[in-house]
Amino acid sequence: MSTRTIQGQKNLQDIRTGSPDGIGGSPLRPDGTLKVKGEFAYSSDLWHEDMLWGMALRSPHPRANILSVDISEAVKTPGVYAVLTHDDIPGAKFYGLEIQDQPALAKDKVRYHGEAIAIVAADHPETARRAVKKIKVEYEVLTPIVTEEQCLNPEVYGYVHEPHEFKSHGHGNICHSQKLVSGLGVTDEVRAMADVIVKGEYEVGMQDQAFLGPESGLAVPSEDGGMDLYVATQWLHVDRQQIAPVLGIPEEKLRLTLAGVGGAFGGREDLSMQIHACLLAQRTGKPVKIVYARDESFFGHVHRHPAKMYYEHGATRDGKLVYADARIVLDGGAYASASPAVVGNAASLGHGPYVIPNVRMDAIALYSNNPSCGAMRGFGAVQACFGYETQMDKLAVALDMDPVELRQLNAMSEGDYMPTGQMIDSPAPVAELLQRVKDMPLPPPLDLTNLDVRTLPGALSNTTHGEGVVRGIGYSVGIKNVGFSEGFDDYSTARVRLEVIGGEPVAMVHTAMAEVGQGGITVHAQIARTELGVEQVTIHPANTEVGSAGSTSASRQTYMTGGAVKYAAEAVAQALIEKGRKRYGWTHNDLSLIGGKVVSESAGALVSMVDLLGDDAIDLTREHHHRPTVPFDKETGQGFGHVQYTFCANRAVVDVDVELGLVKVVELTAAQDVGKALNPLSVVGQIQGGCTQALGLAVMEEIIVKDGKVRNASFTDYLIPTILDVPPIPVDILELPDPNAPYGLRGVGEAPTVSATPSIVAAIRQATGIALNRIPVRPEHLTGTL
Amino acid sequence: MRVTFTANGKPVEADDVWEGESLLYVLRERVGLPGSKNACEQGECGSCTVYLDGVPVCSCLVAAGQVQDREVRTVEGLANEETGLDPVQQAFIDAGAVQCGFCTPGLLVQTHDLLEREPQPSDTDIREALSGNLCRCTGYEKIMDAVRLASARKCQKVGTSE
Repeated sequence: MSTRTIQGQKNLQDIRTGSPDGIGGSPLRPDGTLKVKGEFAYSSDLWHEDMLWGMALRSPHPRANILSVDISEAVKTPGVYAVLTHDDIPGAKFYGLEIQDQPALAKDKVRYHGEAIAIVAADHPETARRAVKKIKVEYEVLTPIVTEEQCLNPEVYGYVHEPHEFKSHGHGNICHSQKLVSGLGVTDEVRAMADVIVKGEYEVGMQDQAFLGPESGLAVPSEDGGMDLYVATQWLHVDRQQIAPVLGIPEEKLRLTLAGVGGAFGGREDLSMQIHACLLAQRTGKPVKIVYARDESFFGHVHRHPAKMYYEHGATRDGKLVYADARIVLDGGAYASASPAVVGNAASLGHGPYVIPNVRMDAIALYSNNPSCGAMRGFGAVQACFGYETQMDKLAVALDMDPVELRQLNAMSEGDYMPTGQMIDSPAPVAELLQRVKDMPLPPPLDLTNLDVRTLPGALSNTTHGEGVVRGIGYSVGIKNVGFSEGFDDYSTARVRLEVIGGEPVAMVHTAMAEVGQGGITVHAQIARTELGVEQVTIHPANTEVGSAGSTSASRQTYMTGGAVKYAAEAVAQALIEKGRKRYGWTHNDLSLIGGKVVSESAGALVSMVDLLGDDAIDLTREHHHRPTVPFDKETGQGFGHVQYTFCANRAVVDVDVELGLVKVVELTAAQDVGKALNPLSVVGQIQGGCTQALGLAVMEEIIVKDGKVRNASFTDYLIPTILDVPPIPVDILELPDPNAPYGLRGVGEAPTVSATPSIVAAIRQATGIALNRIPVRPEHLTGTL
Repeated sequence: MRVTFTANGKPVEADDVWEGESLLYVLRERVGLPGSKNACEQGECGSCTVYLDGVPVCSCLVAAGQVQDREVRTVEGLANEETGLDPVQQAFIDAGAVQCGFCTPGLLVQTHDLLEREPQPSDTDIREALSGNLCRCTGYEKIMDAVRLASARKCQKVGTSE
């Protein structure tokens, strides 16, 4: 950490927690008090004396050649300290999460609306803004490549990345592809085995993470020629790995510390302002802060891949699935970001939690001149779930079956095989989760005699007093993987220190885990208490002084970094017990740490930890690697590709004003197996939050892109659910332990975001009888005015 | 320009304020009160909500010059040095209504105002009052719990002191 003063750094120091609960309890967040007092330092709150403000010039065109960049007027602006372009970058010119195909600043051409071309550092954000406006860029505007047809015919419409500069695994304008075949695949012979066949084409719009804390951070140059970066991110070490080469400095000279993170949801997996702030700080020798405004945030991070999907299912007369076929086309936009992983998930999870003897799948991600898309909660699985669950409802209608019973008839369970050939080797209570949401009491029916318009579609707009309002109910279930897949060893590191402070044993937990709001630090303290028998736990600031914790993504942090904390704490406990054996000659083999003492199950308390530790500290670091996985075979999609699976089922109840096309979700019920709820309060909060983002995708949220240009980069025009849009969300939690996971836990955060959307659309479909093959559902889809 | 106003009961003075700066910017960058948050800066998200002369406003929509000689109360001014956290603040922690916490300061001020006006709001009243405050993490369920809890505790307190 820099020795210079940074204002607003309370949470950049240790956070202490005196709350006594171990795992399974719901102690309060250690950062809660700072947050409610307004004292928690988010990345946008940091301040440093002599600090400059950074800002980027972004392209107004989705595809253009850059003929010239003239910074002379901008440089002359009083208060401006630096104006940098591609040519000023000292090190690597390109970076990327999986594929280094994105220029740190555009050179020669821009590939999406909002791509950064130049950056300015100035003494006031308004000075920077004005200087940015004075940079003159001469463009040769080209027709953007934006449709599937255009992308797949590069010889006619052009290349997003020319063949000689292409860096991805695909070809042409295909960034990545994954095929999958299992059983007999899908042939005319297989089709002939089905009594009923349903087909459909489905579309998913581009959703935004819309975290509330804008991209921001503070870069502070250090005397050793390195840099300290305080930033809101999801993975400190992978940020460092991408930034250091661009700055032309070794990784060890770039030190990252996690500043307060105002939500993430996948949108902070890729870099945003990090490189720009560091380049400006490196050039000026001064601290540089960058804070995106909301419109820039929409251009500054990747979004959820929009998808076009073709699905076909065949079943016997009695409802048993015979085959499933799908083609999923994801628009990855200008740069690769996480597209390969998104494709892998779509292909491997895209037929849902069902046993299907014969399967075919073809998933691709395109390069285009649309905004780049990458990680958002549930990626790849979210899009597909809307496809396969809509198909299940269609099949139920075709067979005249109950939609829940049809799903249960085909639901996978432990011991079944994924279409990838991977056996499900831990609980998969798909049928039970569906039963649980079905059995929950329904909300009371619409009562026209006792109305509060605020609870109706249109709410405060007072658009109906109940006339034209029809109720519908829908169900869905989904599957998501936990952890990084396809052979990726996304290990986590944890350091645990035990010592006596103020006459009491205190544990300190140090990881690089990005706390983005999910409550990981609460859980780490709980694990330390459980394993070490202490009450006081200190959470060290997350930084790169300790090994990688992997990403706060893929529902993996409690599993992976929680697991690392468990193993490090266990090692510390063992070391303390060994110390006691040496000192006292204990021969017991039933020792553990409970209530501040070394306790023998047979002989009772032996010694207090305070006495045993004395002035010593035990300080150990452990890595947690999950079981290995392998890449999917490129053509057949076969392979032990995923670490763990997670399932959620939902029931949605909606009221639809069929005349105006307005939807009010009345209730959204969730049932999820979490293996073991380490912190039940946080688990429920994750599931409710996940359901709400799914509600947004169902009926509200879409980045509107026309000819490659973003039309609604603001919270005025990109709508996320308000407290009036969100209904009560009853949550039923099942705890069936996974023997492969620490404490038997199962990742929680994403499954509800995968599964809840189709239940809402199904409920609207039931209320209106309209097919609804595209999300988000808009009023004009319901009134027939589109 | 120079702007002088009262922030959380204390006189403050900000110099060299550019006329285009918002109250939010002055609070965050000039007078050391970064608790009010900058999520949209166009009055849609409510994260920057503060009291201005006792009325909740989006401080991003108030020009700095407009607060001359007026009273501002921010999230930093809700807790009391003697009695500790306001019941609304404590209820948000206890109910699990805080995840990333970026919406929290605005929600606290708005909820504080609601319970001052209506100590026992119905669920629908709560939803109406907080409909201008976006939260992206919680799904609002725990926020509803927090407001109900704060209401119950405040009413209990009033009941016992009477």
